Amino acid sequence: MSFSLPKLPYSNNGLEPVISENTINYHYGKHHQAYVNNLNNLIPGTEFENASLEEIIMKAEGGIFNNGAQVWNHTFYFMQFNPDGCHEPKDELKAAVEAKFGSFDAFKEAFSKAAATLFGSGWAWLVVNKSNELEILQTSNAGNPMRDGMKPLLTCDVWEHAYYLDKQNARPKYIEDFWKIVDWKVVSERFA
Amino acid sequence: MSFELVKLGYNYDALEPHIDARTMEIHHTKHHAGYTNNLNGAVEGTELAGKSIEELLAGVSGLSTAVRNNGGGFYNHNLYWSVIAPGGAPAPEGVLLDAIKDSFESVEKFQEAFSKAALTRFGSGWAWLVLQNNKLVVSSTPNQDNPLMDVAEVQGTPILGIDVWEHAYYLNYQNRRPDYVNAFWNLINWDEVARRFKG
Repeated sequence: MSFSLPKLPYSNNGLEPVISENTINYHYGKHHQAYVNNLNNLIPGTEFENASLEEIIMKAEGGIFNNGAQVWNHTFYFMQFNPDGCHEPKDELKAAVEAKFGSFDAFKEAFSKAAATLFGSGWAWLVVNKSNELEILQTSNAGNPMRDGMKPLLTCDVWEHAYYLDKQNARPKYIEDFWKIVDWKVVSERFA
Repeated sequence: MSFELVKLGYNYDALEPHIDARTMEIHHTKHHAGYTNNLNGAVEGTELAGKSIEELLAGVSGLSTAVRNNGGGFYNHNLYWSVIAPGGAPAPEGVLLDAIKDSFESVEKFQEAFSKAALTRFGSGWAWLVLQNNKLVVSSTPNQDNPLMDVAEVQGTPILGIDVWEHAYYLNYQNRRPDYVNAFWNLINWDEVARRFKG
């Protein structure tokens, strides 16, 4: 099976001013594309030749895992954005967030802290854990919570390439702005 | 005594076009300064205060993540600024050249191995030329780890290092890490590498 780069549901300048067109051109057009290309080059002749991305994330190691997980992670990241989307959780997800974190603001604070303090390259996640509870966690590099049996709902890419052209070393500013483009309708559908 | 941010021996624009002035300024005044301040914050008022950076790194497995990450970031950037210089310095010679040939056959093969380590480090990290039991070896480490740490896979004395965190090259090269690594060879201060080799 050959993987391809998914189309974005917005134009490359559609997330401005939060994320610049220049950043999307590189992040989506170069990095995400390179992970797709690398994966397609790595899997022929291996046991993952016909595997889904999810199977690769669950079982693969080394380059196949890194590139496969990065394809999935970036698709998950890019698909959750819509500047005109829903800016906070509703209904069941709202109730679950409040039950776990006390309030939506308290959740955002905890998630932002996880994103800001991940050292090096990686991702911050909101997941449903194995006890069926919401949980915030960090993964390094290409790490993905599905590998540990958890269900991702929301992610923030904190590889420097996600924000360096726009914010340079100011990762906290990138995270603060991130909340302006997350579409909670998408996150709710993932939770359902 | 606390750790201090080193002054560079050249201006921020002195390494252009290989490394641009804006990258240099942010890298030094934000990233390196951040590691230095955070390292001080992690050791001040503890039993670690007053220990040398080498001493901290050698026993880092027993210390906090903050000391590991920021101590590594402090040391690694000090080394990085010292082993590059405007226009570089002449190619390796004398005992260092002999040692490179002994370990890698030729300077070209060493460069190939070092570049490969820099390009294949996934995520943030460093590639190194390491003196280990009188032999030179190439290695790479994740994040701000380095060969002086007792947690490193390859332990020894780093004599050359390249930063492959994206912050080291993204403003100038974006996703093109290979172009940054190629450009790095134009900047190497071999006199400083030789000084570190001789210890």
